[in-house]
Amino acid sequence: MFEMIVTIWQDAIALLPGGIQPFAEIITKIIAIMIPLILSVAYLTFAERKIIGYMQVRIGPNRVGPRGLFQPFADVFKLVFKEIIIPSNSNKFLFIGAPLITFAPAMAAWAVIPFDEGMILSNIDAGLLYVLAVTSIGVYGVIIAGWASNSKYAFLGALRSSAQIVSYEIAMGFALVGVLIAAGSLNMHDIVIAQQGSVANWFFLPLFPLFMVYFISGVAETNRAPFDVAEGESEIVAGFHVEYSGMAFAVFFLAEYANMILIAGLTVVMFLGGWYSPLAGLGVVSETLFAIPYIGWMFDSGFHWLVFKMAFFLLLFLWFRATFPRYRYDQIMRLGWKVFIPITIVWLLVVGVAVLAEIPPWFDKGGAA
Amino acid sequence: MFELTGQQIVFYAFSFMLIASALMVITVRNPVRAALFLVLAFFSAAAIWLLLEAEFLAITLVLVYVGAVMVLFLFVVMMLDINTAPLQEGFTRYLPLGLAVAVIIVFELSLVLGPENFGLDKIAAPIAHAADYSNTKAIGLILYTDYVYPFEIASVILLVAIIAAIALTFRRRKGTKSQKPEEQVAVRREDRVRIVKMKAEKR
Repeated sequence: MFEMIVTIWQDAIALLPGGIQPFAEIITKIIAIMIPLILSVAYLTFAERKIIGYMQVRIGPNRVGPRGLFQPFADVFKLVFKEIIIPSNSNKFLFIGAPLITFAPAMAAWAVIPFDEGMILSNIDAGLLYVLAVTSIGVYGVIIAGWASNSKYAFLGALRSSAQIVSYEIAMGFALVGVLIAAGSLNMHDIVIAQQGSVANWFFLPLFPLFMVYFISGVAETNRAPFDVAEGESEIVAGFHVEYSGMAFAVFFLAEYANMILIAGLTVVMFLGGWYSPLAGLGVVSETLFAIPYIGWMFDSGFHWLVFKMAFFLLLFLWFRATFPRYRYDQIMRLGWKVFIPITIVWLLVVGVAVLAEIPPWFDKGGAA
Repeated sequence: MFELTGQQIVFYAFSFMLIASALMVITVRNPVRAALFLVLAFFSAAAIWLLLEAEFLAITLVLVYVGAVMVLFLFVVMMLDINTAPLQEGFTRYLPLGLAVAVIIVFELSLVLGPENFGLDKIAAPIAHAADYSNTKAIGLILYTDYVYPFEIASVILLVAIIAAIALTFRRRKGTKSQKPEEQVAVRREDRVRIVKMKAEKR
Protein backbone atom coordinates (compact mmCIF):
# COMPACT_ATOMS: atom_id res chain seq x y z
CA MET A 1 0.00 0.00 0.00
CA PHE A 2 2.63 2.48 1.13
CA GLU A 3 5.06 1.46 -1.61
CA MET A 4 2.28 1.89 -4.16
CA ILE A 5 1.68 5.51 -3.11
CA VAL A 6 5.40 6.19 -3.30
CA THR A 7 5.65 4.75 -6.83
CA ILE A 8 2.62 6.72 -8.02
CA TRP A 9 4.14 9.83 -6.50
CA GLN A 10 7.52 9.18 -8.14
CA ASP A 11 5.86 8.60 -11.52
CA ALA A 12 3.88 11.81 -11.16
CA ILE A 13 7.05 13.75 -10.34
CA ALA A 14 8.81 12.23 -13.35
CA LEU A 15 6.09 13.60 -15.64
CA LEU A 16 6.95 17.18 -14.71
CA PRO A 17 9.53 19.18 -16.67
CA GLY A 18 13.06 18.62 -15.41
CA GLY A 19 13.66 22.05 -13.89
CA ILE A 20 10.90 21.94 -11.33
CA GLN A 21 11.16 18.25 -10.44
CA PRO A 22 13.19 18.64 -7.22
CA PHE A 23 10.97 21.55 -6.27
CA ALA A 24 7.80 19.54 -6.74
CA GLU A 25 9.34 16.65 -4.83
CA ILE A 26 10.13 18.80 -1.81
CA ILE A 27 6.77 20.58 -1.88
CA THR A 28 4.84 17.31 -1.95
CA LYS A 29 6.98 15.96 0.88
CA ILE A 30 6.29 19.08 2.94
CA ILE A 31 2.57 18.70 2.31
CA ALA A 32 2.77 15.03 3.26
CA ILE A 33 4.27 16.05 6.61
CA MET A 34 2.19 19.17 7.27
CA ILE A 35 -1.32 17.82 6.71
CA PRO A 36 -1.07 14.86 9.11
CA LEU A 37 0.72 17.16 11.54
CA ILE A 38 -2.01 19.78 11.53
CA LEU A 39 -4.66 17.08 11.81
CA SER A 40 -2.88 15.58 14.79
CA VAL A 41 -2.66 19.03 16.35
CA ALA A 42 -6.42 19.36 15.95
CA TYR A 43 -7.06 15.95 17.43
CA LEU A 44 -4.55 16.49 20.22
CA THR A 45 -6.72 19.32 21.49
CA PHE A 46 -9.67 16.96 21.34
CA ALA A 47 -7.71 14.17 23.04
CA GLU A 48 -6.67 16.57 25.76
CA ARG A 49 -10.24 17.52 26.57
CA LYS A 50 -11.42 13.92 26.44
CA ILE A 51 -8.56 12.41 28.43
CA ILE A 52 -8.50 15.08 31.11
CA GLY A 53 -12.27 14.73 31.21
CA TYR A 54 -12.06 11.03 31.96
CA MET A 55 -9.28 11.63 34.49
CA GLN A 56 -11.60 14.03 36.29
CA VAL A 57 -14.61 11.69 35.95
CA ARG A 58 -16.35 13.77 33.29
CA ILE A 59 -17.17 12.82 29.72
CA GLY A 60 -15.65 15.73 27.87
CA PRO A 61 -16.96 17.06 24.55
CA ASN A 62 -19.52 14.61 23.13
CA ARG A 63 -21.99 16.71 21.15
CA VAL A 64 -20.46 17.27 17.69
CA GLY A 65 -20.41 14.09 15.66
CA PRO A 66 -20.14 10.55 17.04
CA ARG A 67 -18.64 10.74 20.56
CA GLY A 68 -17.70 14.34 19.85
CA LEU A 69 -15.18 13.38 17.18
CA PHE A 70 -15.86 16.46 15.04
CA GLN A 71 -15.35 18.85 17.93
CA PRO A 72 -11.95 20.14 16.65
CA PHE A 73 -13.55 21.18 13.35
CA ALA A 74 -16.37 22.93 15.15
CA ASP A 75 -13.75 24.78 17.20
CA VAL A 76 -11.82 25.76 14.10
CA PHE A 77 -14.91 27.13 12.36
CA LYS A 78 -15.91 29.03 15.46
CA LEU A 79 -12.47 30.63 15.72
CA VAL A 80 -12.23 31.40 12.01
CA PHE A 81 -15.49 33.30 11.99
CA LYS A 82 -14.74 35.26 15.13
CA GLU A 83 -13.63 38.84 14.83
CA ILE A 84 -9.96 39.57 15.36
CA ILE A 85 -9.83 42.56 17.65
CA ILE A 86 -6.69 44.62 17.33
CA PRO A 87 -6.11 46.75 20.42
CA SER A 88 -5.79 50.48 19.83
CA ASN A 89 -2.21 51.77 20.14
CA SER A 90 -0.88 48.32 19.42
CA ASN A 91 1.65 47.66 16.73
CA LYS A 92 -0.54 46.16 14.03
CA PHE A 93 2.13 44.49 11.92
CA LEU A 94 3.89 42.84 14.85
CA PHE A 95 0.58 42.04 16.52
CA ILE A 96 -0.54 39.96 13.55
CA GLY A 97 2.96 38.62 12.89
CA ALA A 98 3.62 37.30 16.39
CA PRO A 99 1.39 34.21 16.21
CA LEU A 100 3.00 33.28 12.91
CA ILE A 101 6.49 33.60 14.39
CA THR A 102 5.46 31.16 17.12
CA PHE A 103 3.82 28.74 14.75
CA ALA A 104 6.36 28.62 11.92
CA PRO A 105 9.36 27.21 13.88
CA ALA A 106 7.18 24.47 15.35
CA MET A 107 6.49 23.39 11.77
CA ALA A 108 9.93 24.07 10.31
CA ALA A 109 11.69 21.85 12.83
CA TRP A 110 9.97 18.81 11.31
CA ALA A 111 12.22 19.10 8.27
CA VAL A 112 14.96 17.11 9.99
CA ILE A 113 12.89 14.59 11.96
CA PRO A 114 13.38 11.07 10.57
CA PHE A 115 10.12 9.13 10.39
CA ASP A 116 11.49 5.82 9.20
CA GLU A 117 14.72 4.56 7.73
CA GLY A 118 15.45 6.97 4.87
CA MET A 119 12.17 8.77 5.41
CA ILE A 120 13.25 12.29 6.21
CA LEU A 121 12.61 15.57 4.45
CA SER A 122 16.11 16.95 4.73
CA ASN A 123 18.87 14.64 5.90
CA ILE A 124 21.29 17.41 6.85
CA ASP A 125 24.43 16.81 8.82
CA ALA A 126 23.78 19.48 11.43
CA GLY A 127 20.22 18.30 12.11
CA LEU A 128 20.43 18.57 15.88
CA LEU A 129 21.84 22.10 15.69
CA TYR A 130 19.11 23.02 13.24
CA VAL A 131 16.44 21.83 15.65
CA LEU A 132 17.99 23.82 18.49
CA ALA A 133 18.29 26.95 16.36
CA VAL A 134 14.82 26.79 14.87
CA THR A 135 13.03 26.05 18.13
CA SER A 136 14.85 28.93 19.81
CA ILE A 137 13.17 31.33 17.40
CA GLY A 138 9.71 30.51 18.76
CA VAL A 139 10.32 32.67 21.82
CA TYR A 140 10.20 35.78 19.62
CA GLY A 141 6.53 35.19 18.94
CA VAL A 142 5.88 35.29 22.67
CA ILE A 143 7.96 38.41 23.31
CA ILE A 144 6.61 40.28 20.31
CA ALA A 145 3.02 39.33 21.15
CA GLY A 146 3.44 40.66 24.66
CA TRP A 147 5.05 43.87 23.52
CA ALA A 148 2.86 44.59 20.50
CA SER A 149 -0.36 44.10 22.47
CA ASN A 150 0.40 47.25 24.46
CA SER A 151 -1.13 45.70 27.54
CA LYS A 152 0.39 45.24 30.98
CA TYR A 153 -0.88 41.72 31.51
CA ALA A 154 0.27 40.55 28.11
CA PHE A 155 3.66 42.13 28.70
CA LEU A 156 4.11 40.52 32.12
CA GLY A 157 3.05 37.18 30.69
CA ALA A 158 5.51 37.53 27.83
CA LEU A 159 8.37 38.35 30.20
CA ARG A 160 7.59 35.39 32.41
CA SER A 161 7.19 32.99 29.57
CA SER A 162 10.23 34.05 27.58
CA ALA A 163 12.50 34.08 30.64
CA GLN A 164 11.32 30.56 31.34
CA ILE A 165 11.86 29.41 27.77
CA VAL A 166 15.36 30.89 27.61
CA SER A 167 16.37 29.28 30.92
CA TYR A 168 15.15 25.83 30.04
CA GLU A 169 16.68 26.00 26.60
CA ILE A 170 20.12 25.75 28.23
CA ALA A 171 19.30 22.54 30.07
CA MET A 172 17.72 21.19 26.90
CA GLY A 173 20.76 22.07 24.84
CA PHE A 174 23.07 20.35 27.29
CA ALA A 175 20.88 17.24 27.26
CA LEU A 176 21.14 17.20 23.48
CA VAL A 177 24.93 17.53 23.71
CA GLY A 178 24.83 14.25 25.64
CA VAL A 179 22.93 12.64 22.77
CA LEU A 180 25.42 14.05 20.33
CA ILE A 181 28.35 12.58 22.27
CA ALA A 182 26.62 9.22 22.59
CA ALA A 183 25.66 9.01 18.91
CA GLY A 184 28.83 10.63 17.59
CA SER A 185 26.77 12.57 15.07
CA LEU A 186 24.57 15.63 14.72
CA ASN A 187 22.56 13.96 11.99
CA MET A 188 19.14 12.95 13.30
CA HIS A 189 18.98 9.93 11.03
CA ASP A 190 22.36 8.69 12.27
CA ILE A 191 21.28 9.29 15.88
CA VAL A 192 18.41 6.86 15.43
CA ILE A 193 20.60 4.39 13.55
CA ALA A 194 23.05 4.49 16.47
CA GLN A 195 20.27 3.11 18.67
CA GLN A 196 19.68 0.10 16.47
CA GLY A 197 19.31 -3.25 18.21
CA SER A 198 17.04 -4.01 21.09
CA VAL A 199 15.51 -1.78 23.73
CA ALA A 200 18.78 -2.02 25.64
CA ASN A 201 20.51 -0.08 22.86
CA TRP A 202 18.24 2.91 23.10
CA PHE A 203 19.87 5.99 24.54
CA PHE A 204 17.41 6.50 27.36
CA LEU A 205 19.33 3.95 29.44
CA PRO A 206 22.85 5.40 29.34
CA LEU A 207 21.47 8.94 29.23
CA PHE A 208 18.65 8.46 31.69
CA PRO A 209 19.16 11.73 33.63
CA LEU A 210 19.48 13.65 30.38
CA PHE A 211 16.33 11.96 29.08
CA MET A 212 14.38 13.06 32.15
CA VAL A 213 15.82 16.57 32.04
CA TYR A 214 15.06 16.84 28.35
CA PHE A 215 11.46 15.84 28.61
CA ILE A 216 10.75 17.94 31.70
CA SER A 217 12.45 20.94 30.08
CA GLY A 218 10.35 20.22 27.03
CA VAL A 219 7.23 20.54 29.14
CA ALA A 220 8.58 23.82 30.52
CA GLU A 221 9.52 25.04 27.03
CA THR A 222 6.02 24.58 25.76
CA ASN A 223 4.64 26.46 28.78
CA ARG A 224 2.46 23.51 29.70
CA ALA A 225 1.25 22.64 33.18
CA PRO A 226 2.83 22.42 35.73
CA PHE A 227 5.07 25.12 34.26
CA ASP A 228 2.29 27.28 32.83
CA VAL A 229 2.81 30.37 34.99
CA ALA A 230 2.94 32.30 31.73
CA GLU A 231 -0.81 31.98 31.56
CA GLY A 232 -1.47 31.73 35.27
CA GLU A 233 -5.12 32.68 34.99
CA SER A 234 -5.40 33.64 38.64
CA GLU A 235 -2.55 36.15 38.34
CA ILE A 236 -2.22 37.54 34.84
CA VAL A 237 -5.42 36.50 33.08
CA ALA A 238 -4.05 34.48 30.17
CA GLY A 239 -0.47 35.56 29.73
CA PHE A 240 0.99 36.94 26.55
CA HIS A 241 -2.06 36.23 24.40
CA VAL A 242 -4.72 38.03 26.48
CA GLU A 243 -5.40 40.54 23.71
CA TYR A 244 -5.71 37.95 20.96
CA SER A 245 -9.02 36.72 19.66
CA GLY A 246 -10.35 34.60 16.85
CA MET A 247 -7.90 33.11 14.42
CA ALA A 248 -4.90 35.01 15.80
CA PHE A 249 -5.46 33.31 19.14
CA ALA A 250 -6.07 29.99 17.44
CA VAL A 251 -2.64 30.15 15.82
CA PHE A 252 -1.00 30.55 19.24
CA PHE A 253 -3.06 27.64 20.45
CA LEU A 254 -2.04 25.51 17.47
CA ALA A 255 1.60 26.46 17.99
CA GLU A 256 1.49 25.25 21.59
CA TYR A 257 0.15 21.87 20.54
CA ALA A 258 2.46 21.62 17.55
CA ASN A 259 5.36 22.27 19.93
CA MET A 260 4.13 19.52 22.22
CA ILE A 261 4.10 17.07 19.32
CA LEU A 262 7.54 18.27 18.30
CA ILE A 263 8.98 17.75 21.79
CA ALA A 264 7.42 14.29 21.93
CA GLY A 265 8.90 13.49 18.52
CA LEU A 266 12.35 14.74 19.44
CA THR A 267 12.33 12.82 22.71
CA VAL A 268 11.44 9.64 20.89
CA VAL A 269 13.98 10.17 18.12
CA MET A 270 16.84 10.98 20.47
CA PHE A 271 16.26 8.77 23.46
CA LEU A 272 13.81 6.04 22.55
CA GLY A 273 15.13 4.70 19.29
CA GLY A 274 12.85 6.56 16.89
CA TRP A 275 11.17 4.10 14.57
CA TYR A 276 12.76 0.98 16.11
CA SER A 277 10.39 -1.52 17.61
CA PRO A 278 10.84 -2.44 21.28
CA LEU A 279 10.26 -6.04 20.20
CA ALA A 280 13.18 -6.05 17.79
CA GLY A 281 16.51 -7.66 18.63
CA LEU A 282 15.07 -10.27 20.97
CA GLY A 283 16.30 -13.23 18.94
CA VAL A 284 13.76 -16.03 18.57
CA VAL A 285 10.91 -14.07 20.15
CA SER A 286 11.04 -11.26 17.64
CA GLU A 287 11.55 -13.62 14.72
CA THR A 288 8.39 -15.57 15.55
CA LEU A 289 6.44 -12.37 16.17
CA PHE A 290 7.53 -10.80 12.88
CA ALA A 291 6.69 -13.98 10.99
CA ILE A 292 3.00 -13.88 11.99
CA PRO A 293 1.09 -13.37 8.72
CA TYR A 294 -0.74 -10.05 8.15
CA ILE A 295 -0.04 -8.53 11.57
CA GLY A 296 3.64 -9.46 11.87
CA TRP A 297 4.75 -6.11 10.46
CA MET A 298 3.03 -4.41 13.36
CA PHE A 299 5.67 -5.80 15.69
CA ASP A 300 8.55 -4.95 13.39
CA SER A 301 10.25 -1.57 13.38
CA GLY A 302 8.58 1.12 11.36
CA PHE A 303 6.90 4.48 11.29
CA HIS A 304 4.02 3.23 13.44
CA TRP A 305 6.34 2.69 16.41
CA LEU A 306 7.44 6.31 16.23
CA VAL A 307 3.79 7.31 16.36
CA PHE A 308 3.04 4.98 19.28
CA LYS A 309 5.95 6.30 21.30
CA MET A 310 5.04 9.89 20.53
CA ALA A 311 1.46 9.22 21.56
CA PHE A 312 2.74 7.98 24.90
CA PHE A 313 4.65 11.20 25.53
CA LEU A 314 1.70 13.30 24.46
CA LEU A 315 -0.39 11.36 26.97
CA LEU A 316 2.22 12.28 29.59
CA PHE A 317 1.78 15.97 28.72
CA LEU A 318 -1.96 15.67 29.30
CA TRP A 319 -1.51 13.54 32.39
CA PHE A 320 0.82 16.14 33.92
CA ARG A 321 -1.75 18.81 33.32
CA ALA A 322 -4.49 16.80 34.98
CA THR A 323 -2.46 15.84 38.06
CA PHE A 324 0.21 18.36 39.01
CA PRO A 325 -0.34 21.69 40.75
CA ARG A 326 1.34 24.69 39.19
CA TYR A 327 4.93 25.55 40.11
CA ARG A 328 5.67 28.89 41.66
CA TYR A 329 7.79 31.11 39.41
CA ASP A 330 10.90 31.19 41.61
CA GLN A 331 10.69 27.42 41.94
CA ILE A 332 10.60 27.06 38.18
CA MET A 333 13.73 29.15 37.85
CA ARG A 334 15.45 27.26 40.63
CA LEU A 335 14.64 23.93 39.02
CA GLY A 336 15.96 25.04 35.65
CA TRP A 337 19.18 26.73 36.75
CA LYS A 338 20.18 25.03 39.96
CA VAL A 339 18.98 21.48 39.41
CA PHE A 340 18.79 20.66 35.73
CA ILE A 341 21.89 22.41 34.46
CA PRO A 342 24.22 20.87 37.10
CA ILE A 343 22.70 17.42 36.46
CA THR A 344 23.27 17.71 32.73
CA ILE A 345 26.85 18.96 33.13
CA VAL A 346 27.75 16.10 35.49
CA TRP A 347 26.13 13.54 33.24
CA LEU A 348 27.93 14.92 30.20
CA LEU A 349 31.19 14.03 31.92
CA VAL A 350 29.85 10.56 32.69
CA VAL A 351 28.81 10.05 29.09
CA GLY A 352 32.18 11.28 27.87
CA VAL A 353 33.98 8.76 30.07
CA ALA A 354 31.57 6.00 29.03
CA VAL A 355 32.18 6.72 25.35
CA LEU A 356 35.94 6.74 25.84
CA ALA A 357 35.77 3.48 27.80
CA GLU A 358 33.52 2.04 25.06
CA ILE A 359 31.05 0.60 27.53
CA PRO A 360 28.76 -1.98 25.91
CA PRO A 361 26.07 -2.26 24.65
CA TRP A 362 25.91 1.40 23.66
CA PHE A 363 29.42 2.64 22.98
CA ASP A 364 31.32 -0.45 21.84
CA LYS A 365 30.76 0.11 18.14
CA GLY A 366 34.49 0.58 17.58
CA GLY A 367 34.99 4.31 17.11
CA ALA A 368 31.53 5.53 16.30
CA ALA A 369 32.75 9.11 16.04
CA MET B 1 22.90 41.15 -20.10
CA PHE B 2 23.54 39.45 -16.76
CA GLU B 3 23.01 35.74 -16.44
CA LEU B 4 21.93 35.14 -12.87
CA THR B 5 22.20 31.65 -11.51
CA GLY B 6 19.87 30.51 -8.76
CA GLN B 7 22.65 30.84 -6.23
CA GLN B 8 23.34 34.42 -7.23
CA ILE B 9 19.67 35.35 -6.99
CA VAL B 10 19.60 33.94 -3.46
CA PHE B 11 22.83 35.74 -2.61
CA TYR B 12 21.65 39.13 -3.85
CA ALA B 13 18.25 38.72 -2.25
CA PHE B 14 19.76 38.04 1.15
CA SER B 15 22.48 40.65 0.75
CA PHE B 16 19.85 43.25 -0.06
CA MET B 17 17.84 42.16 2.96
CA LEU B 18 20.94 42.26 5.16
CA ILE B 19 21.93 45.76 4.11
CA ALA B 20 18.38 47.07 4.22
CA SER B 21 17.73 45.68 7.69
CA ALA B 22 21.11 46.91 8.94
CA LEU B 23 20.19 50.40 7.71
CA MET B 24 16.83 50.14 9.43
CA VAL B 25 18.55 49.23 12.71
CA ILE B 26 20.21 52.64 12.84
CA THR B 27 17.37 54.67 11.34
CA VAL B 28 14.13 53.49 12.98
CA ARG B 29 13.07 55.52 16.00
CA ASN B 30 11.65 52.72 18.08
CA PRO B 31 14.41 50.74 19.85
CA VAL B 32 12.35 47.53 19.92
CA ARG B 33 11.92 47.70 16.16
CA ALA B 34 15.62 48.39 15.78
CA ALA B 35 16.37 45.24 17.77
CA LEU B 36 13.96 43.24 15.61
CA PHE B 37 15.64 44.53 12.46
CA LEU B 38 18.95 43.43 13.93
CA VAL B 39 17.46 39.95 14.27
CA LEU B 40 16.51 40.06 10.59
CA ALA B 41 20.06 41.14 9.76
CA PHE B 42 21.46 38.14 11.65
CA PHE B 43 19.12 35.88 9.76
CA SER B 44 20.16 37.21 6.39
CA ALA B 45 23.83 36.88 7.33
CA ALA B 46 23.19 33.28 8.36
CA ALA B 47 21.57 32.59 5.00
CA ILE B 48 24.61 34.01 3.19
CA TRP B 49 26.92 31.85 5.27
CA LEU B 50 24.83 28.84 4.29
CA LEU B 51 25.60 29.65 0.66
CA LEU B 52 29.28 29.44 1.62
CA GLU B 53 28.69 25.87 2.91
CA ALA B 54 29.43 27.12 6.42
CA GLU B 55 26.31 25.57 7.86
CA PHE B 56 27.74 25.18 11.35
CA LEU B 57 28.52 28.89 11.65
CA ALA B 58 25.21 29.85 10.10
CA ILE B 59 23.14 27.71 12.44
CA THR B 60 25.22 28.77 15.43
CA LEU B 61 24.69 32.41 14.49
CA VAL B 62 20.94 31.85 14.61
CA LEU B 63 21.16 29.75 17.75
CA VAL B 64 23.41 32.08 19.76
CA TYR B 65 22.67 35.56 18.49
CA VAL B 66 19.05 35.22 17.47
CA GLY B 67 18.02 32.61 20.02
CA ALA B 68 19.82 33.95 23.06
CA VAL B 69 21.62 37.29 22.80
CA MET B 70 18.90 39.21 21.03
CA VAL B 71 16.21 37.81 23.31
CA LEU B 72 18.01 39.27 26.32
CA PHE B 73 18.58 42.47 24.37
CA LEU B 74 14.88 42.75 23.61
CA PHE B 75 14.11 42.14 27.26
CA VAL B 76 16.14 45.13 28.32
CA VAL B 77 15.03 47.37 25.47
CA MET B 78 11.35 46.57 25.98
CA MET B 79 11.46 47.44 29.64
CA LEU B 80 13.19 50.77 29.11
CA ASP B 81 10.86 53.64 28.59
CA ILE B 82 13.05 55.60 26.24
CA ASN B 83 11.88 59.07 25.40
CA THR B 84 13.52 59.81 22.08
CA ALA B 85 12.85 63.55 22.05
CA PRO B 86 15.69 64.64 24.40
CA LEU B 87 18.07 62.32 22.57
CA GLN B 88 17.59 64.27 19.37
CA GLU B 89 18.07 67.68 20.98
CA GLY B 90 21.80 68.14 20.50
CA PHE B 91 21.78 67.02 16.87
CA THR B 92 23.30 70.15 15.35
CA ARG B 93 25.79 70.54 18.18
CA TYR B 94 27.19 67.03 17.73
CA LEU B 95 26.88 67.01 13.95
CA PRO B 96 30.46 68.21 13.11
CA LEU B 97 32.08 65.77 15.52
CA GLY B 98 29.85 62.95 14.31
CA LEU B 99 30.62 63.70 10.69
CA ALA B 100 34.35 63.74 11.40
CA VAL B 101 34.18 60.36 13.11
CA ALA B 102 32.06 58.98 10.27
CA VAL B 103 34.55 60.17 7.65
CA ILE B 104 37.46 58.58 9.55
CA ILE B 105 35.61 55.28 9.87
CA VAL B 106 34.65 55.22 6.20
CA PHE B 107 38.26 56.01 5.24
CA GLU B 108 39.67 53.27 7.45
CA LEU B 109 37.16 50.71 6.28
CA SER B 110 37.80 51.55 2.64
CA LEU B 111 41.51 50.91 3.25
CA VAL B 112 40.77 47.45 4.57
CA LEU B 113 37.74 46.51 2.52
CA GLY B 114 38.65 48.26 -0.74
CA PRO B 115 38.41 46.42 -4.02
CA GLU B 116 42.21 45.98 -4.23
CA ASN B 117 42.10 43.54 -1.30
CA PHE B 118 39.33 41.39 -2.64
CA GLY B 119 38.30 39.83 -5.90
CA LEU B 120 38.80 36.39 -7.30
CA ASP B 121 42.48 37.05 -8.17
CA LYS B 122 43.29 37.87 -4.53
CA ILE B 123 41.11 35.30 -2.82
CA ALA B 124 40.23 32.22 -4.78
CA ALA B 125 36.59 31.19 -4.89
CA PRO B 126 35.86 28.62 -2.19
CA ILE B 127 35.84 25.09 -3.51
CA ALA B 128 32.40 23.56 -3.64
CA HIS B 129 32.42 20.36 -1.61
CA ALA B 130 30.64 17.13 -2.28
CA ALA B 131 27.31 16.42 -0.63
CA ASP B 132 28.86 14.24 2.08
CA TYR B 133 31.20 16.99 3.25
CA SER B 134 30.42 18.04 6.80
CA ASN B 135 31.39 21.56 7.72
CA THR B 136 30.62 20.81 11.36
CA LYS B 137 33.06 17.94 11.44
CA ALA B 138 35.71 20.02 9.68
CA ILE B 139 35.41 22.84 12.21
CA GLY B 140 35.43 20.39 15.10
CA LEU B 141 38.57 18.70 13.82
CA ILE B 142 40.53 21.88 13.29
CA LEU B 143 39.30 23.45 16.53
CA TYR B 144 40.36 20.52 18.68
CA THR B 145 43.68 19.81 16.97
CA ASP B 146 45.40 22.86 15.48
CA TYR B 147 43.65 25.48 17.60
CA VAL B 148 43.10 23.53 20.78
CA TYR B 149 45.12 25.90 23.03
CA PRO B 150 43.51 29.15 21.83
CA PHE B 151 40.15 27.44 22.05
CA GLU B 152 40.69 26.21 25.60
CA ILE B 153 42.13 29.55 26.72
CA ALA B 154 39.15 31.38 25.25
CA SER B 155 36.74 29.07 27.05
CA VAL B 156 38.56 29.57 30.36
CA ILE B 157 38.43 33.35 29.90
CA LEU B 158 34.71 33.13 29.27
CA LEU B 159 34.24 30.98 32.35
CA VAL B 160 36.18 33.49 34.44
CA ALA B 161 33.99 36.25 33.04
CA ILE B 162 30.84 34.36 33.97
CA ILE B 163 32.03 33.73 37.51
CA ALA B 164 33.25 37.31 37.87
CA ALA B 165 29.93 38.71 36.68
CA ILE B 166 28.08 36.60 39.21
CA ALA B 167 30.54 37.36 42.01
CA LEU B 168 30.40 41.11 41.36
CA THR B 169 26.62 41.35 41.35
CA PHE B 170 25.81 38.70 43.89
CA ARG B 171 25.28 40.10 47.34
CA ARG B 172 22.93 38.80 49.90
CA ARG B 173 20.97 41.46 51.69
CA LYS B 174 20.19 40.93 55.30
CA GLY B 175 16.63 40.18 56.18
CA THR B 176 15.50 38.74 52.87
CA LYS B 177 13.56 35.57 53.19
CA SER B 178 14.46 32.74 50.90
CA GLN B 179 13.42 29.17 51.11
CA LYS B 180 15.79 26.27 51.52
CA PRO B 181 14.38 23.35 49.57
CA GLU B 182 16.61 20.81 51.30
CA GLU B 183 15.11 21.79 54.65
CA GLN B 184 11.63 21.71 53.19
CA VAL B 185 12.16 18.24 51.84
CA ALA B 186 13.61 17.00 55.11
CA VAL B 187 10.58 18.08 57.12
CA ARG B 188 8.72 15.28 58.88
CA ARG B 189 5.12 15.34 59.80
CA GLU B 190 5.97 15.38 63.51
CA ASP B 191 7.77 18.73 63.07
CA ARG B 192 4.71 20.48 61.76
CA VAL B 193 1.62 18.70 63.00
CA ARG B 194 0.65 18.03 66.58
CA ILE B 195 -2.33 15.79 67.07
CA VAL B 196 -4.31 16.75 70.12
CA LYS B 197 -7.05 14.69 71.62
CA MET B 198 -9.74 16.56 73.44
CA LYS B 199 -13.28 16.09 74.42
CA ALA B 200 -16.08 17.82 72.62
CA GLU B 201 -16.95 21.06 74.32
CA LYS B 202 -20.38 22.16 75.23
CA ARG B 203 -21.80 25.16 73.51
